[in-house]
Amino acid sequence: MSFLQKPKVSHPGLPRNELGLTVRDYEGGMSTLCAGCGHDSITAALIQAVFELSIPPHRMAKLSGIGCSSKTPAYFASASHGFNSVHGRMPSVATGANAANGELVYIGLSGDGDTLSIGLGQFCHAIRRNLNMLYLLENNGVYGLTKGQFSASADVGSKAKKGEVNQQPPIDPCLLALSIGCTFVARSFSGDKAHLVPLLKAGMRHRGFALVDVISPCVTFNDHEGSTKSYQFTRKNAQVVTYADYVPPATEIRSEQAAGTVQSVTLHDGSRVLLRKVGADYDATDRTGAFDYVSRHQAKGEIVTGLLFIDEGKPDMHQVQSLPDQPLNAVPYGKLNPGQKALDAIQARFR
Amino acid sequence: MSKQPRDNDFTIKIANVNGTGSASANTLLMKTFFRMGIPVAGKNYFPSNIQGLPTWYEIRASRDGYICRSGRVDVMVAMNAETYRKDLNDVAPGGYLIYDSTWPRAKQLAREDITIIGVPLARMCNEHFTRARERVLMKNIAYVGVLAALLELDMAVVRALLQESFAAKPQLLESNQAAFDLGYRYAKETFTCPLPFRAQPMDATGGHIMIDGNSTAALGALFAGATVVGWYPITPSTSVIDTFKRHAERLRRDPETGRTNVAIIQAEDELAAIGMVLGASWNGARAFTSTSGPGISLMSEFLGYGYFTEIPAVLVNVQRCGPSTGMPTRTQQADIMACAYASHGDTRHVLLFPANPEEAFYLTAQAFDLAERLQTPVIVLTDLDIGMNDWMCRDLKWDAGYQPDRGKIMSREQLEKIEKFHRYLDVDNDGIPWRSLPGVHAKGAYFTRGSGHNMYGAYTEDAKEYQAVVDRLRRKWETAKQHVPAPVVEYSERHRIGIISIGSCDGAVREARDRLVAAGVATNYLRVKALPFNQQVQDFLDAHDRIYVVEQNRDAQLRSLLLLETRVDPSKLVATLHYDGLPILAASIVDGINRDLAAGKAA
Ligand SMILES: Cc1ncc(C[n+]2csc(CCOP(=O)(O)OP(=O)(O)O)c2C)c(N)n1
Ligand code: SF4
Ligand SMILES: [Mg+2]
Repeated sequence: MSFLQKPKVSHPGLPRNELGLTVRDYEGGMSTLCAGCGHDSITAALIQAVFELSIPPHRMAKLSGIGCSSKTPAYFASASHGFNSVHGRMPSVATGANAANGELVYIGLSGDGDTLSIGLGQFCHAIRRNLNMLYLLENNGVYGLTKGQFSASADVGSKAKKGEVNQQPPIDPCLLALSIGCTFVARSFSGDKAHLVPLLKAGMRHRGFALVDVISPCVTFNDHEGSTKSYQFTRKNAQVVTYADYVPPATEIRSEQAAGTVQSVTLHDGSRVLLRKVGADYDATDRTGAFDYVSRHQAKGEIVTGLLFIDEGKPDMHQVQSLPDQPLNAVPYGKLNPGQKALDAIQARFR
Repeated sequence: MSKQPRDNDFTIKIANVNGTGSASANTLLMKTFFRMGIPVAGKNYFPSNIQGLPTWYEIRASRDGYICRSGRVDVMVAMNAETYRKDLNDVAPGGYLIYDSTWPRAKQLAREDITIIGVPLARMCNEHFTRARERVLMKNIAYVGVLAALLELDMAVVRALLQESFAAKPQLLESNQAAFDLGYRYAKETFTCPLPFRAQPMDATGGHIMIDGNSTAALGALFAGATVVGWYPITPSTSVIDTFKRHAERLRRDPETGRTNVAIIQAEDELAAIGMVLGASWNGARAFTSTSGPGISLMSEFLGYGYFTEIPAVLVNVQRCGPSTGMPTRTQQADIMACAYASHGDTRHVLLFPANPEEAFYLTAQAFDLAERLQTPVIVLTDLDIGMNDWMCRDLKWDAGYQPDRGKIMSREQLEKIEKFHRYLDVDNDGIPWRSLPGVHAKGAYFTRGSGHNMYGAYTEDAKEYQAVVDRLRRKWETAKQHVPAPVVEYSERHRIGIISIGSCDGAVREARDRLVAAGVATNYLRVKALPFNQQVQDFLDAHDRIYVVEQNRDAQLRSLLLLETRVDPSKLVATLHYDGLPILAASIVDGINRDLAAGKAA
């Protein structure tokens, strides 16, 4: 709900990015979410990420479904086109938009209800197409907007505010994504901006589908004792497996970035993701290893965070479809019109 | 059709089993008539199944140019033992039945009032051909040979057609020709040829093609410049996309890069298909999808979204028999209401109603202009009869000067100059706001939302602001009336009775009107081509005391729509319906009207 415009007064001393824009140029309407909602912290991280990447606001598109989380597009980047679609169907809109013009940066915002229940099919198929987009899942274990029903990401044994205990096994978006070929899988926590921002940046620069599942506590319906998506529970049980550092193209790697066990992954535009690994033998390019690691730790009640998996080598939808470099929405009609001669040739077969 | 078959005025029906490869034989037969200059229509009645179920193909030759279903059978080729009894019963008195006499028929399967012709098709083919598949396939070509002898088909035409079909496969040409000759010779030697009614060369098919409406709808989209397709397979619409793809891959290929200027995405379901179309259209590409009834049901939520957020979209709905899964391979016009108001809330959609494949071409192309001009989804409603049957149509022409009407899109320069862009402001007072495309200019940014928004594009829950937007959408609907294609009207002040019809009923209505005139009942005729209805529709309604609304569904949906969308006295509109899943017959219209007229006289 962006009917409140934030006053735009920039401090003259605010840092500017390569485009000369300040972080304020990436802000949006005033949030109308509950005070303390994890989703607001994600918005802040997102603003930071797109600012640091110096993305021209009009060259990115924000798309979402329905839910508190799906309101995020209204709260950042007022100078970008936004598309608040219908519940659970953002991936298809992003697919069509992307097919029409692959040059924009597509940022999809969704919730665990929007993605894992009503939108599970579209989510999976966007992954299968390796649609080039950042898919940010603001995961709070409940349907916030409809007042706190369990979502499909609720853990077995997690307690609702009124005491009901969830019995159904959860769908873990990261494990699911890993199992169906997702080329970028990350998990983070809305309460850890330093951890989240580089993942968002890397996700936007990754060519292909980048899932960033962010545990984002719902302070109103799922932040109590007994909930496994509360701030307290997440802080206690988050287990960081990798810290990501996003290094833009042609940038020197600083010595502190190289410290420890570091895995470097080069993205298609020449930028790099440096992964400082906490578990020394974690390999973020090993799909089955990642799946195994995450499942094992999950069974112990831990929430594994970090860039869990990346494969920069897979073709994205545009490559698979062999689409032209020129965006389809810009191909002049003269090039699209086969003309009467071609029509005559076709008709010759119908006589 | 007259009471008795005459030269170039008869119907042949071929009963077969699907999966036996009869399609090419039937096409050969149909095209032979066409090339002999005889108006012809081919109708395929096939099962929703891949192999082993009954299928029929009907060819009507009509020297008067009636190309709707005739409703009678003068020559039956009964190739399916399972349906033999029914097929036998369907032959009109005085007609002929050809069957495969390789196996003897039971005595009780006979009729005194028709001529039964036995041809040992299987035996001849088994003796002549060695491979199993060939033996099955060639029986079909052999019965074409039999018919050629009985009906005096032009052998040069047949030979040319075979040569064209098998130009690349000489050995196939040889076996097809041989099979044809087997049938031809057997008939010549065994029966009195020709029958009392024959195929005689005419000159009535020049400048025409025989084509199905799915092919032409696909061509319409291709020529209109569609670049993004989201779709999900469903009978009977699938071949729209198949055809589009086939042509696009060839005609849209960039000779330099080898890449094609089109993205055809097979979606996971129809919800995704329409979502893709909206996403692509929002982003400035011309996008479309093609579906049938069940798909429209699934697309409904997004259709309302497209209406309220004002995103162009083109849908081709090849209607099939409902409700629910219904009969996927049978035809109907029963999605009229579902499409007109698809989705919850005060939603209404622009609809186009082609009557035949020719119109499917032009109206599908026009749908893109309308969708962009009006910034709203446009649904082209064809049906299985138009979409999958072969119709004789005038040659398709593409205006060399055509330029897409992209509607009101703010250019980079316009955005540069403007103080502030507002997405939903009615600056031109026609109900159509301006839109901007993503990626062009920061000043063009706006927020697309299906939730309440005001004329500036901002979220609102304010009563007045909300109402201003939906009222403006209603004004846009009024504007649409000037843009959508006008109805086809045949009117004379002398006639008091009107017929209003829609889509594929047209052929049957025309034939019915001729028959009614012959019986002393003259009618005026209006065929709607679009929703919203314009003033001409209202005028036609006002000008008649009794109007027969002819359509192919049980619930008189076009009639309902006329009641809802015009100021017409309901008692004037008489529902004249046909909805058994087979294409409408002239007879059902004539009977319906006669019944009503008789009742009126009696009263
Ligand atoms: C078709 C449809 N069904 C139901 C709803 C109601 N609805 C709105 S948001 C929502 C759940 C959102 O949950 P989630 O995606 O987790 O978002 P959160 O509010 O938790 O951030 C539901 C069921 C809807 N908008 N549309
Ligand atoms: S209900 Fe929960 S998810 Fe929604 S805004 Fe409030 S805290 Fe956030
Ligand atoms: Mg949620």
